[in-house]
Amino acid sequence: MTTTLNSTASFTLAFEALKCKECGAEYEAKAIHVCEECFGPLEVKYNYEILKQTVSRETIEAGPNSIWRYRAFLPVATDNYIDVGTGMTPLIEAKRLGRRLGLKKLYIKNDAVNMPTLSFKDRVVSVALSRARELGFTTVACASTGNLANSTAAIAAHAGLDCCVFIPSDLEAGKVMGTLIYNPTLISVNGNYDQVNRLCSEVANTHGWGFVNINLRPYYSEGSKTLGFEVAEQLGWKLPDHIVAPLASGSLFTKIYKGFREFVEVGLVEDKAVRFSGAQAEGCSPIAQAFREGRDFISPVKPDTIAKSIAIGNPADGVYALELARKTNGNIESVNDAEIIAGMKLLAETEGIFTETAGGTTIATLQKLVEAGKIDPDEVTVVYITGNGLKTLEAVKGELSEPFTIDPKLDEFERALERSRTLERLEWQQAMV
Amino acid sequence: MSIKVLIPTPLQKFVGDKSALECDATTISNLVEVLEVQHPGIKARLCDDSGKLRRFVNFYLNSEDIRFMENEATELSDGDEVSIVPAIAGG
Repeated sequence: MTTTLNSTASFTLAFEALKCKECGAEYEAKAIHVCEECFGPLEVKYNYEILKQTVSRETIEAGPNSIWRYRAFLPVATDNYIDVGTGMTPLIEAKRLGRRLGLKKLYIKNDAVNMPTLSFKDRVVSVALSRARELGFTTVACASTGNLANSTAAIAAHAGLDCCVFIPSDLEAGKVMGTLIYNPTLISVNGNYDQVNRLCSEVANTHGWGFVNINLRPYYSEGSKTLGFEVAEQLGWKLPDHIVAPLASGSLFTKIYKGFREFVEVGLVEDKAVRFSGAQAEGCSPIAQAFREGRDFISPVKPDTIAKSIAIGNPADGVYALELARKTNGNIESVNDAEIIAGMKLLAETEGIFTETAGGTTIATLQKLVEAGKIDPDEVTVVYITGNGLKTLEAVKGELSEPFTIDPKLDEFERALERSRTLERLEWQQAMV
Repeated sequence: MSIKVLIPTPLQKFVGDKSALECDATTISNLVEVLEVQHPGIKARLCDDSGKLRRFVNFYLNSEDIRFMENEATELSDGDEVSIVPAIAGG
């Protein structure tokens, strides 16, 4: 396996090496993810002087309508990256939800419609598989709670890479079918995600595969920075005041921050303080618990929640997420399963966005933070919706109203309409009480 | 008493490029000491200066995280399998 750092890029590369987040030791940009000195996670290191000289708002705006408009900030060394239209998802001003909650400047970054598999994972996988190809891998793999499985299988299919995906055996049908359709090898493990991950870390180096969230993790996680870049660009090259995002491993949260900081560093946006608040499901909230108790370490938990896509009991970047929320004057909250469903319905009814349980968790947490006075109504607040509700229909089964089934006759329709209006009135009365 | 220890890739160069070892140990702490005697240098990779396990090192006994048991004091018995696993992101 050889690296191709100096090969066919059409511009000066800013990405230089891998660097340990803990002790600072540096490594060649190969398929490794752990520091040999201290076991700390490795992160991609860039030369920001090169970026300052070569990147401007104009060069970015002239780029493709995908995450690859930010390619100078991504760890790929060639022009042969995989662009399946990932990224540049809508940032919408959520006026109706904002009014309901009492927020004047609320925005939603809607990765429920990210391409090709309807979650933010397409960002990280596009980057990881582009780098995997550069590093010479022909088989890619991942351990997943569902969305990463969909994305890795789909983008591997597009790129012509063999693919092996590991999932916990209790995932939602949509996540399983939505992986199998791309015909990867799918290994369904009797155990929770943390157990799947442990197994994969033992498998990772035995078959010469590129595991997107293990030996390719430093490259993979950089893809999440684009959620920071896009929001800054879509706000008119400005940073927001406050962001709210779901926390699973904690990686996404910290990379949005890294994205904002890099834009400041390179002079693309003005520096300003951004508050970072995180959302967890009560049935799997190790980071929220540590935040609440003032601890600086994470105690792992055994997940028990409907929010399966964020059910990581032993979050790898948990301590970094914790530090980030504290240092930016943000918060980390958790909400229960009933609140998660209510959050999904609230977002759908006010903004027309059908998100999965992770999004319900984020909206319910937003609501809880507002009610506790922890979000200023005048703050420009961006909420990250990272996945699509059509993949987790089980979560809302039995929670929604039934259709009115009628024969194709006018009087039956009139009766059904009358009945629907009565039900609506009753609902309002209930709400008033 | 024989314990099987699964060694992660970043540590394999300290143990002669092996992915698994057999050794005798009574607890997880004792296991780290035994490994250090057999393969000097490995302890500094697993533990910080105060001797505590580093925060990105996970130990599993027969697939269970030792933090759900007695942590470093977790007792070992004949035939147990211990895996040492770096923290992993994903989702």
